[in-house]
Amino acid sequence: MSGAAPYVRNDADASPLSIRGAALRRGDRELWSGLDLDVQPGELIAVLGPSGSGKTTLLRAILGLEPLSAGTITALGEPVRGRGNRRIGYVPQQRPLPPDTALRGRDLVALGVDGHRFGFPWPRRGDRARVDRLVHEVGAEAFADRPAGTLSGGEQQRLRIGQALADDPRLLLCDEPLTSLDLANQQAVVGLIDRHRRSGASVLLVTHDINPLLGKVDRILYIANGRFMLGKPQEVLRSDVLTDLYGAHVFVLRAGDRLVVVGAPDAEESHHHHADGEATA
Amino acid sequence: MNWGDVWDAMFGGLPYYGEILALVSNSVWAGAVLGLVGGLVGVFVMQRDMAFAVHGISELSFAGAAAALLIGADVVGGSIVGSLIAAGIIGWLGARARDRNSIIGVLMPFGLGLGILFLSLYSGRSANRFSLLTGQIVSVQSDQLGWLIVIGAIVLLGILLIWRPLRFDSLDPQAAAARGVPTTAVSLAFMLLLGLIVAVAVHIIGALLVMALLVTPAAAAMRVTAGPLAVPVLSAMFGLVSAVGGILLAIMGTLPVSPYITTISFVIYLVCRAIGARQGRVTREHVHA
Repeated sequence: MSGAAPYVRNDADASPLSIRGAALRRGDRELWSGLDLDVQPGELIAVLGPSGSGKTTLLRAILGLEPLSAGTITALGEPVRGRGNRRIGYVPQQRPLPPDTALRGRDLVALGVDGHRFGFPWPRRGDRARVDRLVHEVGAEAFADRPAGTLSGGEQQRLRIGQALADDPRLLLCDEPLTSLDLANQQAVVGLIDRHRRSGASVLLVTHDINPLLGKVDRILYIANGRFMLGKPQEVLRSDVLTDLYGAHVFVLRAGDRLVVVGAPDAEESHHHHADGEATA
Repeated sequence: MNWGDVWDAMFGGLPYYGEILALVSNSVWAGAVLGLVGGLVGVFVMQRDMAFAVHGISELSFAGAAAALLIGADVVGGSIVGSLIAAGIIGWLGARARDRNSIIGVLMPFGLGLGILFLSLYSGRSANRFSLLTGQIVSVQSDQLGWLIVIGAIVLLGILLIWRPLRFDSLDPQAAAARGVPTTAVSLAFMLLLGLIVAVAVHIIGALLVMALLVTPAAAAMRVTAGPLAVPVLSAMFGLVSAVGGILLAIMGTLPVSPYITTISFVIYLVCRAIGARQGRVTREHVHA
């Protein structure tokens, strides 16, 4: 799937993200092992799987915030070590801000620019322009000066993506960025992520619903039952493949242009059932 | 008690106000520093949901001060030791809010009980006894006042130096850690600064009333604005007005300082709440229009 692929390898032919023999153990339970992944520049990979399958931990391991049980990770040409990496963009799983948060929308973005700096909090020249540019990039001008705690989930999510894009990262990690957003906001957020990807950045996106990403996602990493499947959407999202992965009968149904996974143990959302849903195996 | 007594208790010192003020000028300075720094620290106390921790730390600070009184050691030093022990325990064991609240709930009565035991064993001047619980800034000796001011200044410096990473960590610890903020160190540094300023506050308004300067001003400021500069500036101002105003009013009569400070602080909060409610209504109408 990687190595021999005829990708153009120009400067510093390092892959943005390369994972070798990674394993994750929680107590004596092995969540997964033997994970190899090479992400290409400009590639969008969706990470799917039931809750508790170690998807968030994978992202945190790439950031150096949590150790793997085995294996190595090389991100942006450097082996992962220590804590945190400002060259990687990260949108953590969303927690709505309390309404009385002492912060305007644009300050949420500004945290990505100066939130890590120690020392007297005097503004640095150029910071303001940088924040303005990021606010513009994520289309948040209309609400950037309102208190952050009063903004809708979709508005907050745009600003968090602006925060994650502060240093124009070549690798962007998003953890369930679409959860609890309505369809319009899901599309808007996917659009922002996709636009950044088209600038040549790679994206690893954890999600439980693949539908908003269909047509945009290049590969899927499906983790379940201590194992994983990596491949193109049409290779992974198949009844036989997922049945094999879960070790239980799982059906991938196609309803119009939507895919519905039925029967997966520990499904995180209630799937819609369509009377005229056509099963494709 | 008739109205004449009340008048005397509140304003009996008016004819000598200038002389009294000169006598307590150091107390006014200490109050000003505490009000200002307490207001700033309070913003983070609110953002990190640590109001209860402030209360817990102050009770152990009181126990430390009472122990120092008993063994004849420096009372300010004792309160700092107590404060830092409590802040350290809460910081180490209570990273998560749930754990934290139970740890504080366990520590607080123990600290308070210990303090009361030490006070009852203490045979010295009884006026000192309950001033640690309810505060009496004007009875603090002037060399100790100097220390309180110095500690307040250190906390101010510390909080400014870690301002941005602390704010990032308070709002979104995961994103902060991902961007390389040493979140554990920042949290512990904050606990240390919080412990120090609580120890100062114990001497000025008393262990039981510390929250009036470490929680109320920030809570009031957050009712009326969300600006990242406006909230700390307003909160510091509210703290300053409460502390200095309370002392200046109290020295007109014979009543203690603390009720003045807590009342001013509370009235500011009520006014801010009313203003905030109006703003909220206006915003909502605007949105629905």
